[in-house]
Amino acid sequence: MYITKDLVAASTTPLVLGILAEGESYGYAILRQVNELSGGRLEWTDGLLYPLLHRMERFGHVESDWRTPPGERRRKYYRITDQGRAELVEQRRQWAAVVDALQAVWNTTQSIKPITGLAWETGA
Amino acid sequence: MTVANDNDLEAQIAEWRAYMRRRRELNTDADELEDHLRSRISELTEAGLQPDEAFLIAVKRMGSLDELSREFAREHSERLWKQMVLPGEPDAATAARARRELPVMVICAAVAALAIKVPSLFGVDLDDDDAGFYLRNASLFVLPALAAYFVWKRRAGVRVIGVLAVLFILGAVAANVYPLANDSQSTVLTAIHLPIALWLVVGVAYVGGEWRSQRRRMDFIRFSGEWLIYFVLLSQGGGILVAFTAGTFNAIGVDAEEFIGSWLVPCGGMAAVIVSAWLVEAKQSVIENMAPVLTRVFTPLFAVALLSFLVAILWTNNGIDVDRDILILFDLLLVVVLGLLLYSISARDGAARPGLFDRLQLVLVISALIIDVMVLVAITGRISEFGFSANKSAALGENIILLTNLAWSAWLFLGFIRGRAPFVRLEHWQTRYMIVYAAWAWIVVFAFPLIFDFA
Repeated sequence: MYITKDLVAASTTPLVLGILAEGESYGYAILRQVNELSGGRLEWTDGLLYPLLHRMERFGHVESDWRTPPGERRRKYYRITDQGRAELVEQRRQWAAVVDALQAVWNTTQSIKPITGLAWETGA
Repeated sequence: MTVANDNDLEAQIAEWRAYMRRRRELNTDADELEDHLRSRISELTEAGLQPDEAFLIAVKRMGSLDELSREFAREHSERLWKQMVLPGEPDAATAARARRELPVMVICAAVAALAIKVPSLFGVDLDDDDAGFYLRNASLFVLPALAAYFVWKRRAGVRVIGVLAVLFILGAVAANVYPLANDSQSTVLTAIHLPIALWLVVGVAYVGGEWRSQRRRMDFIRFSGEWLIYFVLLSQGGGILVAFTAGTFNAIGVDAEEFIGSWLVPCGGMAAVIVSAWLVEAKQSVIENMAPVLTRVFTPLFAVALLSFLVAILWTNNGIDVDRDILILFDLLLVVVLGLLLYSISARDGAARPGLFDRLQLVLVISALIIDVMVLVAITGRISEFGFSANKSAALGENIILLTNLAWSAWLFLGFIRGRAPFVRLEHWQTRYMIVYAAWAWIVVFAFPLIFDFA
């Protein structure tokens, strides 16, 4: 399923922060988790996760360090900070407002139905 | 998986890394990306794919290197801030632009060099009578040409060009609308502050109109530091050129002083402003940025100098002898300390942990603060004796502006070193504060002559 670039870009920060709020993780594992959470519908270009993680680190939302877990490769692990948790709460508040507004629009606007066929193809 | 397959895969990964290494903006993060690539490959091979197939898919999913480079460059502009044209498709149009860059720069430099001679056509010569005119207007001959160069380079829109034009016209009005005597304090103040105000206007052109972006502002700070270094180097080269020109012509009995004084020095100086900017833009990664290097050398030295000055004050119990020039001296000291702070911020990796150098920096800033507060206390005690002249008000205002900046910087720095606040707070404080400099410079240029009766 195709999701526009802007939408993906807007949702990445809360998604990543939310995943890290559950416990520290590294880039590849984060991507896999996003994939699972969205049922495979949200797909990113793998490499682009890293500039985002670095930006969140620069803003102090996450911290990182290189570690070698027993029997595995050396990896850079990311951890959410208190400030990151506060940001997550803030993002959640904003998203809730957006989702509420969208929900209201879907409910009031009769002409929008979950798409089964495109309007002009069904002759409407 | 066979051994041969394994070796193939390792060779492929090594090749991919070598390819990454050529991209400066990716270099430092190659380890992290490689780990990602390997994770993806092992997942795919476990699902039954051949290693070479898995490698191809993993690389493809990583995204094109150009796209990656662009994103990494946006996030880590300190790594390659000079390469403003982010790697894109090298199509015919961009290649043509790159070829036109040199001619455009030469035209801008020539315009600046000739502009300073235009007033001579109307009888306003570079001699004593009109020295005040040239003092006040010097920056107006060259900085519009520099802004034009950046307008071309960043393909700025009409709106940005309009803003620039209005600001430069305002500058011209401020420099010439008041009846100022050549030797008045106001003429000197305008001569110092108008270039500062207009340099920040050039900044608007430099960032291509994105003056709200904190990262782009930091880019402009980096640019300013490098520009200054190039300009000083070019000026010294120019001095040698002048000395040889004068000497050699003298040897054959031709007096070149007239030509040097009224053409070579003023025109060359104007052109050097543009050429320095072009050099900063064009040098790419040929050499390391100089300003941060100088900062690292001089931060410890200045910290030691200021600390020993403080110790000397306490030891000898001597008060600071507050005379007329002392404020200006300490203003300049604060400017130096601020410069050292700015250029270590500008080159710092925002995610790195606080280290010894950061502590040194904090010591430097705090000792400068303590010294300056002592000076201010001494000055206010005797301000009634001096009265407020234009010079003193400007010096005092600047002192307070710099002091405020450094005091809050020290606070943020302390928070960073104790792990309470991210480094980016300090960075944003500095980039936001630029607007204060601009406002103050414009106030001095516009309001001071009126407030102090054109004295």
